[in-house]
Amino acid sequence: MIFFSKKSKPKIPLEKQKLMTVNGDEAVAYAVKQCYVDVVAAYPITPQTIIVEKYSEFVADGEVHTEFIPVESEHSAMSACVGAAAAGARAFTATAANGLALMWEILYIAASLRLPIVLAVVNRALSAPINIHCDHSDAMGMRDSGWIQIFAENVQEAYDTTIQAFKIAEKALLPVAVNLDGFFLSHTLENIYMLPDDAVYEFLGGPRKVAKTYVDYLGKEVEAKLDPANPLSFGPLDLYDYYFEHKMHQVEAMKEAKKIVKEVHDEYAELSGRSYGDGILVPYEVEDADVIVTVLGSTGGTVRWVVKKLRQKGYKVGTVRIRLFRPFPFEELREILKGAKVVGVMDRAISFGSFGPSFLEVNTALYDLKEKPLLVNYVYGLGGRDVPPDLVEKMFMELLEDAKKGVVENKLRFLGVRE
Amino acid sequence: MSHVSQPKPTEKPYDLIIFEPGKKYDLPLTLNLRQLAEERRPMILPGHRLCAGCAAPIIVKLVSFALRGPTIIANATGCLEVATTIFPYTSWAVPWIHNAFENAAATASGIEAAIKAMKKTGRLPYDHIDVIVFAGDGGTFDIGLQALSGMAERGHDVLYILYDNEAYMNTGIQRSGGTPPFAWTTTSPVGKVIPGKSQEKKPIADIMVAHRIPYVATATPAHWADMIKKVRKGIEVDGPAFIHALSPCNRGWRHDLDLAIEICKRAVDTCYFPLWEWERGKGYMLTDRSLAIAKNPQLKQPIEKFLEVQGRFRHLLKPENRHLLKQFQEYVDAVWEDLLNRAVNAPK
Repeated sequence: MIFFSKKSKPKIPLEKQKLMTVNGDEAVAYAVKQCYVDVVAAYPITPQTIIVEKYSEFVADGEVHTEFIPVESEHSAMSACVGAAAAGARAFTATAANGLALMWEILYIAASLRLPIVLAVVNRALSAPINIHCDHSDAMGMRDSGWIQIFAENVQEAYDTTIQAFKIAEKALLPVAVNLDGFFLSHTLENIYMLPDDAVYEFLGGPRKVAKTYVDYLGKEVEAKLDPANPLSFGPLDLYDYYFEHKMHQVEAMKEAKKIVKEVHDEYAELSGRSYGDGILVPYEVEDADVIVTVLGSTGGTVRWVVKKLRQKGYKVGTVRIRLFRPFPFEELREILKGAKVVGVMDRAISFGSFGPSFLEVNTALYDLKEKPLLVNYVYGLGGRDVPPDLVEKMFMELLEDAKKGVVENKLRFLGVRE
Repeated sequence: MSHVSQPKPTEKPYDLIIFEPGKKYDLPLTLNLRQLAEERRPMILPGHRLCAGCAAPIIVKLVSFALRGPTIIANATGCLEVATTIFPYTSWAVPWIHNAFENAAATASGIEAAIKAMKKTGRLPYDHIDVIVFAGDGGTFDIGLQALSGMAERGHDVLYILYDNEAYMNTGIQRSGGTPPFAWTTTSPVGKVIPGKSQEKKPIADIMVAHRIPYVATATPAHWADMIKKVRKGIEVDGPAFIHALSPCNRGWRHDLDLAIEICKRAVDTCYFPLWEWERGKGYMLTDRSLAIAKNPQLKQPIEKFLEVQGRFRHLLKPENRHLLKQFQEYVDAVWEDLLNRAVNAPK
């Protein structure tokens, strides 16, 4: 959901923003174009390909200064981004599904080297069987890699979030993954507002500035990059005497990141007039709701539409879209969910032998409550299976029934699958 | 990057190689040993934890002597990486990065692209920065081949130096695509029915020639002047360059600690590891000792000379394995003959 600011006029009023009809992939490409990115390294994969195609056009037409590296694999795409970011450049790549899986090893390295790389993940189901359509199994595979993960609901948000991502990454010194649902967003045309180039340039503070660090053997504070004037070694062997502490730094950085995501989101809202909840969670009709459903990504809109419909019929239902998945907003979510009788958690992925990945997080968020809502996990939409409003309504009716009974029998349910 | 307790600053500063931004650097190539020792500092500092007698740091030192200016090093996972950068220490006197095992070439591609982009926007205070990769045989012949091939095809201006110790030494001497036939390793053991590695060595340098990149060469640290010249050429060409350097490993090859250089000499003298270079438009050219052998074939020594000082080939010298030794000799001869046919400066 996009909230256009009503209180105060945004710094860049809508009439100064360009209204364009683009699909999600193009929106990301345009955002990256405006972000003064030095290196884009990417390999094509459906449904991400349009990002790379569009960006190649910008490069071919000389509209950007970016060095585009058409790498031979996603593994090399992320590897090249690590090299570029370590050299002091602003770097971007995009991928999906199996491509993200192939990047997996280097995702950890990018995060551990604290490199502010931005990655657009156009969410797609993992093989086998091979499937090119949307689910979140790819994003969930990278959830422990140390990346900040933000899920966009629509094309406008994909654009806005990509711009925010560079600022978040460079402030938090952590890489950021911007998730947009494959085909539902990547290939769907929407009218979106785009900021003027110079506004984005100013928002980001110009080209990337490399964070400084004190180095004992140089006896001074230097930019943490590969610089022949200040030789530093990146990515050394780190044994049991230091590795643990380095991991703790990442833990601390993730804690800080939540604040940074909020700050950057708010700053962007002031600039553009567009905000997405508080930048972390997007609640809707949750105040007095007996049943609240949590959801990620593009399904958020469908669920909200159903909530609106059910509210008109007098049902006390609400929903909260989780925009920031890593670091996970446990406290904030607990505050919102604590009054509900039943919480339904929608997952577009499953951890085989367990539940959906976001169910585990929501469960953890609620564990400390004295009076816990009942929890049900709905796994839906795997491999791009459509989730029409009727199905979402059916889910709400089941949850309302559970609320009445006060007990949940089947915790793991599948929405819209043939039996 | 770390804020945990670190060693106190030392009184004596490390002998780092600092290239001041804005200053002109085009260090001349010199092949005078005294001058090199006085004027050039190696980019690998004392105190690294590579094994005594290892050839890899010698190769790195020789490469240092060929630098022309600001340089960034990318290192694949391997002996050289793990033994030189045990946190919180580093042995590198120049900016250095290790990403993963198989992606040193891709990492270097990113660095090179970043340098270009930042230069384009006036944000790089250097005219030029050379990017050099060091990778072992595992990270080059095997798992790293894809990234290397991609880097070569895309034409990144990177010099890739393979230090070839002919097995996965870092993990305990497992066979790689660079391991020669009949060699003992822990995954190609000499058993009752299989006498060591069953396959030949992957012709990695020829594979790189097939990419038609500007410059490809082989080198050994024993032929030091030849090596420095080749490294300098590799840096100076515009585009990717590849140098295949032989790097004896006393742990894995089972030879005496002081024999690394001697074994390199024997590898060249027996034509097991011929010295050559390939340039676009010029073709294959024999260099140094290999050129001398091509001109005076009587200098060529039997392969036993190379094998006899190494424990990994001990079984080949047993009387009952005479036929294997013959096969080995035929393999070496075939590779050498093939090279002679292709080398433009070999006597026809």
